[in-house]
Amino acid sequence: MRQKLMTADAVVAELRPGMTIGIGGWGSRRKPMALVRAICRSELADLTIVSYGGPDVGLLLAAGKVRKLVYGFVSLDSIPLEPHFRVARQSGAIEAAEYDEGMLQWGLYAAACRLPFLPTRAGLGSDVLRVNADLRTIRSPYADGEELVAVPALRLDAAIVHASRADAHGNAQFLGPDPYFDDLFCMAAERAYVSCERVVLTPELTATAPVQTLRIQRWMVAGVVEAPRGAHFTSCDPDYGRDEWFQRQYASAAADPASWAEFRASYLDLDEAGYHAAVASRRAAAPGAP
Amino acid sequence: MSGTAVTGGAPSGNPDASPATRAEVCIVACAQAWRGDGEILASPIGVIPTIAARLARATFEPDLLLTDGEAMLGQGTWAIGDRPEVVEGWLPYRAIFDLIYNGTRHVMMSPSQIDLHGNVNISGIGDFAHPKAALLGVRGAPGNTVNHPTSYWIPRHTPRTFVARVDMVSGVGYDRAMQAGRAASRYHDLRRVVSNLGVFDFATPDRVMRLASVHPGVNIDEVRAATGFELIVPAEVPQTPQPSAGELVLIRSVIDPGGSRQAEIRR
Repeated sequence: MRQKLMTADAVVAELRPGMTIGIGGWGSRRKPMALVRAICRSELADLTIVSYGGPDVGLLLAAGKVRKLVYGFVSLDSIPLEPHFRVARQSGAIEAAEYDEGMLQWGLYAAACRLPFLPTRAGLGSDVLRVNADLRTIRSPYADGEELVAVPALRLDAAIVHASRADAHGNAQFLGPDPYFDDLFCMAAERAYVSCERVVLTPELTATAPVQTLRIQRWMVAGVVEAPRGAHFTSCDPDYGRDEWFQRQYASAAADPASWAEFRASYLDLDEAGYHAAVASRRAAAPGAP
Repeated sequence: MSGTAVTGGAPSGNPDASPATRAEVCIVACAQAWRGDGEILASPIGVIPTIAARLARATFEPDLLLTDGEAMLGQGTWAIGDRPEVVEGWLPYRAIFDLIYNGTRHVMMSPSQIDLHGNVNISGIGDFAHPKAALLGVRGAPGNTVNHPTSYWIPRHTPRTFVARVDMVSGVGYDRAMQAGRAASRYHDLRRVVSNLGVFDFATPDRVMRLASVHPGVNIDEVRAATGFELIVPAEVPQTPQPSAGELVLIRSVIDPGGSRQAEIRR
């Protein structure tokens, strides 16, 4: 059986400028941040990003990697507005395809099913149809004759998601409350890469958790990366919750260019091990940090 | 409207008997949005709608479904910041989308702008290509509003929130739903809007916003002056009901003992 273990940098080496990349998770929850950080360190640019957006989108925007963003929202959850997203939108730096959340799911599902579109009511009457001039409606061929939005397939060149556990073949497991849309991202993509907290032998996946937690199957996956704390600073329940202290540092640093340059030098211009060491030492030195 | 039976058990000790605050009046007014909904998911967004939905279920609407804010459906009445004691179901985001399309939900959102027809904006202020202030994005508002009942809570009623025209129609109002055809209008249902000044509905022949009640201590001219469009004001405008003693005990001692309701509203 194929072994798919690889490093985060090897994943990035398989990506190309201009690609459309889908990112799993939701808001500031179980985002593949180790892979996002690796993309930020790379030469990649001109990307189209599809995401239920959180700090994954924020970091990629701050690093200048994004040409176009396809999204329903971008939020840090406990901090409602994402500062880098706000700057990018207000300056007009990126092309914005703002969809209803459910439209995003439909677009991914259409791509996963190799359909050109899926119909929905979501978007009808709203300005989503005005600002996305490429969106079309379609009339039901049945007696109701309803005019519905035809959500186009969101085909991805690559998808990156973060799981709780995985085996070396790409069977991946979520142990938290919500699988989000990670399997749809994987199925909508030409190649999907799963980072995880821990790579285990296949029997261990179902030793203590029900088989229903194995949402991602190896046929969906091209590569597996072991990345402990790889969702930091987003949540990865039950292994760890969101690092609210660090998220506040992130959000306040984003408020002005000088403090962001310092944040980047302290945390992001380092490899993944350096990032986690810097977080730990800064936390130890910070008065009042948990 | 008021005087409903309280089924939740009151904790021991002396209940706080001080008069209801504006926030508490608003909670009771928001709770009424779910009256008659039966066995559907109440989806409150924000602190005051969340307290209100739990209050509605603890009093007059016992069959409502409520989540813990993540992916679990919970039974009973639990405090802000706590988890439900009894989990009765699993509702990850994709199951919520299914439920939306099925129509089995009534959401209460907090938009940044609302107009006469109930169109709302949560996406950004200004032109979409170069917004003056980028906000969240349209989130699920387009799909919510054409699939199931929707209500709104607006903690700051000003001419900048109640506007003649919203900058980016995220949640669909009555005029836009009608224009978009039967697919958009057949399940479209805006129930009520609660602000810090009053309660509003769309019970007018052409489905435009009407002042349904003013909160105690607010006069009609104040509401008119804070509204950036021509509000329909009936000849007789009742006062929003005061919370009952039982409702105040539930709010103060059971659902929001930490007092987070006071932070969301300035007066």
